[in-house]
Amino acid sequence: MTDTLPDNTGYVAAAYLVFFVLVLVYLVIMAAKLARFEREVTELNELARRSSETRVDGP
Amino acid sequence: MTGPARLTMLYATRLRALSIATVATLGGALTLAFFYAPMDADQGFMQKIFYVHVPMAIVALGGFVFGAIMAIRHLRTGDARYDLRAYVAIHVSLVLGAGVLITGSIWAKASWGHWWVWDEPTLVSFLIVFLLYATYQPLRFSIEDPERQARYASVFAIVAGAFVPLNFLAVRLAEAYTHPRVFATADGGLPPRMALTFYVALAGMALLYLTLWRYEMASKNTAAQLRSLRRRLGGEDAVAARGRSAAPSLPAS
Repeated sequence: MTDTLPDNTGYVAAAYLVFFVLVLVYLVIMAAKLARFEREVTELNELARRSSETRVDGP
Repeated sequence: MTGPARLTMLYATRLRALSIATVATLGGALTLAFFYAPMDADQGFMQKIFYVHVPMAIVALGGFVFGAIMAIRHLRTGDARYDLRAYVAIHVSLVLGAGVLITGSIWAKASWGHWWVWDEPTLVSFLIVFLLYATYQPLRFSIEDPERQARYASVFAIVAGAFVPLNFLAVRLAEAYTHPRVFATADGGLPPRMALTFYVALAGMALLYLTLWRYEMASKNTAAQLRSLRRRLGGEDAVAARGRSAAPSLPAS
């Protein structure tokens, strides 16, 4: 191997980049799902709080 | 603890350790590929694509077979959780399969000067398997009744899963060996340093598959758990009606 980068370096870099981009896209989708779950848990907490208040105030 | 809650705990357990092991193994494989494995005499530097392309292909095909095994268990037991496992297994394999086709295409361009070669059995057979599995989700989506959907999808997953090893054998028996064969050569296989790098990359890819599968399973079970919680807190009206979907529905707890 010479001091300069060998031929086809671009192809090798592209192949590894494809792999990392795929994993990254998956992670972004997972992060979006996690954010949605967080919102839903907040909503459910609010729903639980309201329903317990109704029970306390009820007849 | 209810069914989906228990399942979420099951899939989420040790997920952090698994993620760390995946990153460490893949990082190790990358280091070995570029700083330890020797340069291939025929292909030179571009042979490094082998350490990402081949493990990804093996794991993707293994994932399809795993999906078929889960589908068999679904048909034997009628348990919807196995259908979900098969669905997620095939889903993750399709993602890796897309990666295999793209990296294979890049390797083909670097090696043969063409992005795609139609008379190359390995390339075309993988494309056939990929396209076959690409119809799995539309098939599910086309069936509205969840039970029928799960049953038909399982039959599909088993038939397609059986096709994977047959396809592999057919390619091996084919005479036109124009695909770069660096794993098994006439001299008796890979040199030890290349073999070690390959096995570490394969382990890393298998761990990645397992991690993504478990993340997806935990996510699907959490969604089911939240839905069930919403139903209990707000009644049926609080839960939006489930429209037609390709994803399996877990039984309400």
